[in-house]
Amino acid sequence: MSNKPNLKLKDIKVEIEGREILKGVNIEIKGGEIHAIMGPNGTGKSTLASALMGHPKYEIISGEAHLNGEDLLEMEVDERARAGLFLAMQYPSEISGVTNSDFLRSAVNAKRGEGNEISLMKFIREMDSKMDVLEMDQKFATRYLNEGFSGGEKKRNEILQMMMLKPGIAILDEIDSGLDIDALKVVAEGVNSMRNDEFGCLIITHYQRLLNYIKPDFVHVFMQGRIVKSGGPELAERLEAEGYDWVKEELGIEDETVGKG
Amino acid sequence: MAENVPDYSDVPEISDYKYGFRDKDVSVFRSKRGLNRQIVEEISRMKGESDWMLQFRLKALEQFEKMPMPDDLNSKWFSLLPGDLSELDFNNITYYVKPSERQGKTWEEVPDEIKQTFDKLGIPEAEQKFLAGVSAQYESEVVYHSMQKELEDQGVIFCDTDTALREHPEIFQEYFGTVIPTVDNKFSALNSAVWSGGSFIYVPPGVKCEVPLQAYFRINSENMGQFERTLIIADEGSFVHYVEGCTAPIYSTDSLHSAVVEIVVKKNARVRYTTIQNWAPNIYNLVTKRAVCEAGGHMEWVDGNIGSKLTMKYPAVVMKGEGGKADILSIAVAGKEQHQDAGAKVTMLAPNCTATIISKSISKQGGKVTYRGLAKFGKNSEGSKANIKCDTLILDGESTSDTIPYNEILNDNIMLEHEATVSKVSEDQLFYLMSRGLSENEATQMIIMGFIEPFTKELPMEYAVEMNRLIKFEMEGSIG
Repeated sequence: MSNKPNLKLKDIKVEIEGREILKGVNIEIKGGEIHAIMGPNGTGKSTLASALMGHPKYEIISGEAHLNGEDLLEMEVDERARAGLFLAMQYPSEISGVTNSDFLRSAVNAKRGEGNEISLMKFIREMDSKMDVLEMDQKFATRYLNEGFSGGEKKRNEILQMMMLKPGIAILDEIDSGLDIDALKVVAEGVNSMRNDEFGCLIITHYQRLLNYIKPDFVHVFMQGRIVKSGGPELAERLEAEGYDWVKEELGIEDETVGKG
Repeated sequence: MAENVPDYSDVPEISDYKYGFRDKDVSVFRSKRGLNRQIVEEISRMKGESDWMLQFRLKALEQFEKMPMPDDLNSKWFSLLPGDLSELDFNNITYYVKPSERQGKTWEEVPDEIKQTFDKLGIPEAEQKFLAGVSAQYESEVVYHSMQKELEDQGVIFCDTDTALREHPEIFQEYFGTVIPTVDNKFSALNSAVWSGGSFIYVPPGVKCEVPLQAYFRINSENMGQFERTLIIADEGSFVHYVEGCTAPIYSTDSLHSAVVEIVVKKNARVRYTTIQNWAPNIYNLVTKRAVCEAGGHMEWVDGNIGSKLTMKYPAVVMKGEGGKADILSIAVAGKEQHQDAGAKVTMLAPNCTATIISKSISKQGGKVTYRGLAKFGKNSEGSKANIKCDTLILDGESTSDTIPYNEILNDNIMLEHEATVSKVSEDQLFYLMSRGLSENEATQMIIMGFIEPFTKELPMEYAVEMNRLIKFEMEGSIG
């Protein structure tokens, strides 16, 4: 097998508290590729992100998911992370009393494994340089993890973690929401700096805006808990210009959401 | 994760208690079990004490015998039974053990077996880093004691309490028993009758001790009470930070630790007293700690309670002079069959005093934590303020927490704030940390470390490291 990371989903179905939200998702993301999943609110996009990372609230009831050929669904959350999956969360938790840098170093070391810990100096140098890219003040290193961060600061912090952990496959869940245009550019720059064959990315977003700065290779439209249409970057542009109605019309969908009632 | 069954296989059993090693008994004198006049006389004679102290002890013994078992440990405002003392048998305790004839002045003079115990506890290592003076209590008598010349030159007295009684009788007699009178409670009476060892510190006016003074206590005999007595006097405008850490080995029957700590904070002086106690799970830890602050005096208690069967401890500050200041910061961790009944007492008797109390408690595996606090504003406490914050983290469904604040307010122009929170480790927090590669255990530990960080950040570096190690050890595998 090549070194390129690979995430392959086959007919993934997910329930929350007994209600089916995802109704058969198929997608393959390889190193070097950036995929965007777009869709209106309530169609199950974020559920896909959390379920793949293994949030205990979401139950995958059928389907297959493989990360670099290994069964993702057999892994605990932390094993998924160490295997190279990353989720930039829409609402990252706040952890009081734990500094950003302590947390990041623990995470980096958890991935590197015992006996292979990063030296403190090297870690600091690396974090400093990534924070520069993201135009984050150095004081964020010593602030408590996400505590009192603004929405935009949290998003930058998620990208900082991604850049430090260097995952093979990253899922960015609405990383653009709540960002002004300058912050958006900075975050996009962070993501673009990682673009290479060892990195594949799935961007989940409502808006095409972010995709002006991170050019996707593939665009997928998400409705009723699955991908209903796929295409290239031009699909995103059309969605931005015309909205989602034409897709619904084309596919005969009346209500694009899932799990209502 | 959701379907994870709690795995308690890693949880330290009683026999695994980290510092539960027991050394060969090297004591040269050991009193008989139980307590009576003869034993108290024997202790005093062994120590070669003056008649003054013997009479003090005997009077205390009488008072101890007269006082009822407390349903209230620290005076009448504790109307509830704080902890279960029913299994505590005063007749099954050895009240005095003298480990060796003389006190070691240098490390080389300390007997090897005792030294090995200290080696296991990492004392010499610690000394190299931070210590200004070490006064380590092994069983009832201080055996090792060194002090930097610098402190001596400044006129600072730092020795064990027995030595202070012999060598500094005037200053000793002036303050001993003035902050915590013998009759304060049954356990202060007991301590007054049989006390042995502890630390004595006197800091002359204007002298500021740059480095913390430290002592290490250890109970090493089954059923032996540890009744140390500490007295600190910070004269006007002075400053001292005293640090004490305790570990105790495990034994099959119950052991009693009942200390009395008296602090005198003179005008504009500041004293910080830091304790970390990690008692074995069969120890009754019943400690009376109190400071009296004169005008502009500042007392800080930093108090960490881990382990023990039952801890009842409420560091207190009585602010007698205008602008007195009290900061009390504590953590308590209670595990299986443990009860931490801890808290703080502040009494404001003069105008413009301020008190800040921060209490952090963690209960797990059926452990019980109680915050019991008193905020008292006297008639003359015009313009005084107290701010009390109690946070509890409960790690499972079988563990419990209580907050019992008492307020006594005799002045209308004061401010009192009380805030209490109870929380659990949330699923989303765990998910977040685990999604970055931390195991469930590591993630839980990180959340707990964060919770007690306001406490650990106040500790000297090496203690913070030790504290984190202890907490990690305590928390290992305790989450399902």
